[in-house]
Amino acid sequence: MSAELADLVATAIKLGVTLAILINVVPVMLWVERRGGALIQDRPGPNRLGPLGLFQALADALKFMFKEDVTPSAVDRPLYLMAPALGLLPALTTFSVVPFGPDVTFRGHVYQMVVAPAQTGVLLFLAIASLGVYSLVMAGYASNNKYSLLGSIRASSQLISYELALTLAVVAVVIPVSSFQLADVVDYQRHHGWNVLPQIVGFLIFLVAAFAETNRLPFDLPEAESELVAGFHTEYSAMRFATFFMAEYISMTSLSALGATLYFGGWTLPWVHVEGFAGVAVGLAVLFGKVACFMAFFVWVRWTFPRFRYDQLMRLGWKVLLPLAIFNLILVAALTLAGVL
Amino acid sequence: MEMAVFAVFALLAVGSSLVVIAHRSPIYSTLSLVVTLFSVAVLFVLLGAPFIATLQLLIYAGAILVLFLFVIMLLNVGRDEGIPGGHRLQLATAILGALVFTGMLGLLLRSALGGGPPAPLTEQAVSLSRLAQELFAEYLLPFEIVGLLLLVAVIGATVIARRATEEELAAAPSGPLADPTARGGGPEAPEPVGAGAGAPRPGYAAWSSEADRAAGGARPASVPGGRA
Repeated sequence: MSAELADLVATAIKLGVTLAILINVVPVMLWVERRGGALIQDRPGPNRLGPLGLFQALADALKFMFKEDVTPSAVDRPLYLMAPALGLLPALTTFSVVPFGPDVTFRGHVYQMVVAPAQTGVLLFLAIASLGVYSLVMAGYASNNKYSLLGSIRASSQLISYELALTLAVVAVVIPVSSFQLADVVDYQRHHGWNVLPQIVGFLIFLVAAFAETNRLPFDLPEAESELVAGFHTEYSAMRFATFFMAEYISMTSLSALGATLYFGGWTLPWVHVEGFAGVAVGLAVLFGKVACFMAFFVWVRWTFPRFRYDQLMRLGWKVLLPLAIFNLILVAALTLAGVL
Repeated sequence: MEMAVFAVFALLAVGSSLVVIAHRSPIYSTLSLVVTLFSVAVLFVLLGAPFIATLQLLIYAGAILVLFLFVIMLLNVGRDEGIPGGHRLQLATAILGALVFTGMLGLLLRSALGGGPPAPLTEQAVSLSRLAQELFAEYLLPFEIVGLLLLVAVIGATVIARRATEEELAAAPSGPLADPTARGGGPEAPEPVGAGAGAPRPGYAAWSSEADRAAGGARPASVPGGRA
C-alpha cells in the first residue's frame, strides 16, 4: 500500500470512529437531559422503558422518524429544506481538528490521532463553528413566520456577539503555546500543567460564551418557547426538527471537546501515559470522559437557571465579557513576554 | 485529486457569484456570497495559504455576512425589492467595478508577461510566523494606519447611532435645531415645522422609545438638536 493511500485509509477510519461517537452522543444526551432534569426538579422523569428508562431515547428517536413531516405551504422551500442539514454539517466538521490520542506508528508510518492536522487548528474550528449560524438564520427566514424570523434575528446577533468573546478567550490560550494546532496545546499542558489554572478568566469567558454559542439555557433566546413559540424551528416537525436537535447536541459536544482540550489537557491525564493503539483507546476515553463532565454541566445549568432577557444577554456579552476577554488577552500576552507563562 | 477539487470549487465560486448579482432576493444573494467565500477559501487552501482561508471563513463568512443577513431581515426587505437609487446607481457601481477589475488584471498580466512566472510559494513564505513578522515588524506602520482608519469608522458609526443623554435632553429645548432631519427616520415622526425650538414632540418620543426597546436600552428619547 502506498503512503498516500495508507493516509487516505487512516483518515477514513479516524473520520468513521469520531463521527460514530459524535452521532451516538445524541441519544445518550437525550436520556441524560430528561433524567437529569427530572433529578434536579425532584420528579421521576421517563422511567418506563428499560432499566432506568434508558430505552426512552430509542423511543424518542423512532417517534421523530415516523412522525408526519409537515412542510407548510408558504415556506421558501429550498432554504427551508436545506437549513437543518446545514446546521448539522458544521457541528460534525469542527471535531475534526481535535486530537484524541498519541501518535501511532503502524508499519513504519506515523499517524497523528487527529482527523485534520491543519496548521490553523483551533482557528479552523472557530471558523467552521461560526458557519453554524446560517442554519438558524435560514430556518427562521424560510419558515415565513414572524416568530421564526424573530428567532433568527436574535440568533444572528447573539452568535456574533459571543463569538468575539469566545475567540479572544481562545486566542489567549494560543499565545503562550505559540501554535494554533490543538495537538501542540495538549503537548504544552503536559509540560506546564493544565491551562485552567493560569487561564481561569479565559476559561470562565469560554464557558459562558459556549452556552450562548450553542443556544443553551440560560441563553436560548433564539428559541425561547415562552416568547417565540419555538423560535427559529417553530415550523419544523419530525426528522427535520430532530436534525436541529442533533445539531445542538453535537455542537455542544464539539465545543466541550475544544474546552477540554484547551483548558483540561485534552486526551491526556497527568502521570498516565500509554503508547500505541491502547493509548488511542485510553485517549478517546479520557477525552470523552472530560466532555461528559462538560455536558453534565450544560444540563445542570439548563435546569437551574432561568432564561436571560435579551437586553441582559447583550449587555453581558458586549459590556462584561468582551472587555474582560480583551483585558485577559493583554494580560496573558504581557505575562508571556515576561516569561511567566 | 487536487485538480478535481480545484475544478469543483472554482466552478462553484463563479456560479455562486453569478447568483449573487443575478438573484432578485437579497437573502439568496447574501447566502450565495457565503458559498462564494467558502469556495474561494478552499482555493486559498489549494494555493498553500490555509491561514488566509481560515480568516476568510472566520471573518467574512462567519461574521460580516451574518451581519448583512441580520440587517436584511431586520429591515424585512421583500424578495423582489430592487436596490435603492435604482439602475443608474447600479450602472455607476458596475462601471467602477469593471474599471478596478481591468486595472488589476492589467497589473497581473504585466507582472506575468514581464518578469516570467512569479516564484512559487514555499511553505516558509506562507507560514504563520513569517506572516506575523511581515505584518508586525516590516509593515507595522501601514498596519497601524489601517487599524486607525477602522477605529475612525467605528467612532463615526457610534456617533451617528447614539442617542442623547439625559443632560443633553434637559438642555435641548433651548438649543436651536442643528439638523432637523437627522433623526426623522421613524414613520410616526412628524416633519419638523421650520426650525422652531420646542419641547420634545410626542411623535419623536414614541418612536424613539420603541427603537430603544428594540435596542435593549432604557435611554430617554432623543430630540432633534439634542447634541447641539
